[in-house]
Amino acid sequence: MDFINALIVLLNYTVIPALTYGSQLALGAIFVTLIYGILRFANFATGDMMSFGTMFAVLLTYYFQSKGISFGFLPTALLTIPFAVAMMIFYMLLIDKTVFSYYRIKKSPPVQLAMVSLGVMFVTQAIIRIIIGPTDRRFLDGEKFILKATEFKEMTGLSEGLTIKSTQVITLVVTVVVVSIMFWFLNKTKTGTSMRAYSDNEDLALLSGIDPKRVVMITWIIAGILATIGGILYGLDKSYRPFVYFNNMLPIFAAAIVGGIGNPYGAFFGGYVIAFAEIFLTYAYKRFFVYLLPESLEPNSLMQLLSTDYKFAISFSILVVVLLFRPSGIFEGKKI
Amino acid sequence: MKQYSNVIAAYSIMLVLIILVGVFQSWSIALSIFNYCMISAVMTMGANIQWGYAGLINFGIMGYTALGGLAVVLVSVAPVPEAWRVGGFNMMTSLAIITGMIFSIRYILKKIQKSKKRNYLIAAIIFIGLILIKLISGPAIEQIEAVEPAKFGFLGGLGMPVLFSWIVGGFFAAGLAFIVGKVALGLRADYLAIATLLIAEIVVSIIKHEDWLARGVKNVIGLKRPAPYEIDLQTSSWFINLVEKFHSTKLAAINSISEKQDLLNQLVIDASSIYVKLCFAGLFLVVVIILLIITQKALYSPWGRMMRAIRDNEEAASAMGKNIVKQHLFIFILGSAIVGIAGAMMVTNDGLFTPGSYRPMRYTFVIWVMVIVGGTGNNFGAILGGFVVWFLWVQAAPMALFVINLLTAHLSETNELRIHLIESAPYFRFLLVGIGLLLIMRFRPQGILPEKIIKQ
Repeated sequence: MDFINALIVLLNYTVIPALTYGSQLALGAIFVTLIYGILRFANFATGDMMSFGTMFAVLLTYYFQSKGISFGFLPTALLTIPFAVAMMIFYMLLIDKTVFSYYRIKKSPPVQLAMVSLGVMFVTQAIIRIIIGPTDRRFLDGEKFILKATEFKEMTGLSEGLTIKSTQVITLVVTVVVVSIMFWFLNKTKTGTSMRAYSDNEDLALLSGIDPKRVVMITWIIAGILATIGGILYGLDKSYRPFVYFNNMLPIFAAAIVGGIGNPYGAFFGGYVIAFAEIFLTYAYKRFFVYLLPESLEPNSLMQLLSTDYKFAISFSILVVVLLFRPSGIFEGKKI
Repeated sequence: MKQYSNVIAAYSIMLVLIILVGVFQSWSIALSIFNYCMISAVMTMGANIQWGYAGLINFGIMGYTALGGLAVVLVSVAPVPEAWRVGGFNMMTSLAIITGMIFSIRYILKKIQKSKKRNYLIAAIIFIGLILIKLISGPAIEQIEAVEPAKFGFLGGLGMPVLFSWIVGGFFAAGLAFIVGKVALGLRADYLAIATLLIAEIVVSIIKHEDWLARGVKNVIGLKRPAPYEIDLQTSSWFINLVEKFHSTKLAAINSISEKQDLLNQLVIDASSIYVKLCFAGLFLVVVIILLIITQKALYSPWGRMMRAIRDNEEAASAMGKNIVKQHLFIFILGSAIVGIAGAMMVTNDGLFTPGSYRPMRYTFVIWVMVIVGGTGNNFGAILGGFVVWFLWVQAAPMALFVINLLTAHLSETNELRIHLIESAPYFRFLLVGIGLLLIMRFRPQGILPEKIIKQ
């Protein structure tokens, strides 16, 4: 019994939150990696673009709520996804047309494009703060929990409770659906193949009649979908705050590079690697060991490897280690 | 002279702008903008040495700035004897263990062939060392942080003059740059940018959360100053006399003695703050001029030409027998040291060390905008970039407020849109800086003052 209790503790406080956080990071990391693989630059506006899409979801949620439209026990924000994605894609295509396309046609070095993306980051951040302000916003409605700790205890008779939040299940389900559709699209459809060809060898792809404009446009559309959905899922699970989204850019980059930048599968797993490392290394294992060890050996410290303050620092350290020993990432980057 | 005409023109415009702020807002604001412009200029020069001379991207400016600030605390604050008594020995032991770990790893790397055995040995050393450090430092940290937590709760510094800490700040940053350079310089440009950004985050999070070192997010206030304090000035007679002489015509116009005294008091308070800022401005100006002379000399020396050669064509430079790895590391350390000095200058100017305020937006990305806007590879351009962008960054809010008021003048006072816009005026600085960067990148990618190559 103690063993099962220990497992439940671990599941409740580490595995489920890490899976959720990892999915949110994974969506962002695939976004980074697609832009890097096809458009060939590190997009420093990543966090703010996710924030931009989420902003529309937040505003639309408020609007729907005022009109009395709801999605039953699911959060209203899910209803707003199509509209928010549309706005996001429009913004991305607008930015690409006015800013990025000039440098792409000129064949500027990637560094210059990265610098340009800094400018886009500043502008996007300004627009977001002017429209919605810098404050913390919660926009989750509907059912909060799928399984409450007390219900679980009654059901199983265990002394440890297992809580499953609805946002956690929504995150996992939506991520699986979106990512599988995306991988199917990249691997099985003609457009997806042309994108991979463009990413592998631009000149050869152009020779075989692939329209670069179309490839770029579809990349931005997929990126817009991923960015908005990733942002909305994160906002539902935690809360929406522009500054936090900007900061999330860093673990997302870490995930993309750890997985091998330019490789969507790598980015997907990189998200989970980063999330699991962050949560497993900063979790206080005291309760886990209390169940497992005999009373005489019970730990009197928190059994925490690192304080939670170092959450971000861990993911960055992993990145540094990966860069040192496998610069192309765990899953060999730079191919789609 | 003619070749410098655009430099002179650009600097004069900048100076006029700051003087206009002095005339229309206040001289105190103008001087604090000027001081911060100067600090930004030093940071920009550091980044420009790396990017402009050698083409290395360093997005870790924030980390070096924070280390410079840390140096001010560790050098100038008086030591806390109580904390040293309870935890000093253990902390020193931990430091000794870390040094021991580094040297033993180095020894192993040198003596033992590359093999599985070596990897296990290194892993074992790191693992045992970390456990030892945790065991030894853990209780000591708790005790140190318990020493008058509201006031101290840290080891304190060395109690040395604060100006000395500027040099130490440079060395701290150089030390970090050495490690970062060894780790990351082999990476491609955009990887390097991300890696340095993340390493800087690690450094800042250590400074933020190790309270025994510099009080972490509890901040250190009341740092020493290389300039006199306002309170002392306001009570010293020579200063009051000076102010009186300076404003004699204004004071003579008033007949009533009590009114005259009131006005004089007010003037003395204003003047003391301006005097202190002038002292800082003088010190910063000395630093900027020294750095400018050194960097200018370096840029046009054989070494500078070699750096440009490496930047423009690594293979060719390598074929000419230049050691690219070594030169990259050297210039990375040099530029970071300058940024460290700037960080120390900034904390000295503020008189307080707030680790929570080190954010990548303000200390990395804005500095990079300065480098690009000012002119990469041109030291005068770097300084100008620091001035222009900082000026915009600070003055964007008042400017935006003015424009908003102008545009919404026909709307009523209670109009929601108007209130919303006025409330969000501070965020127009992001818009202004972002658009500025995009325009410069598009229409003048080499910056306001482009790189100038003097042909011999």
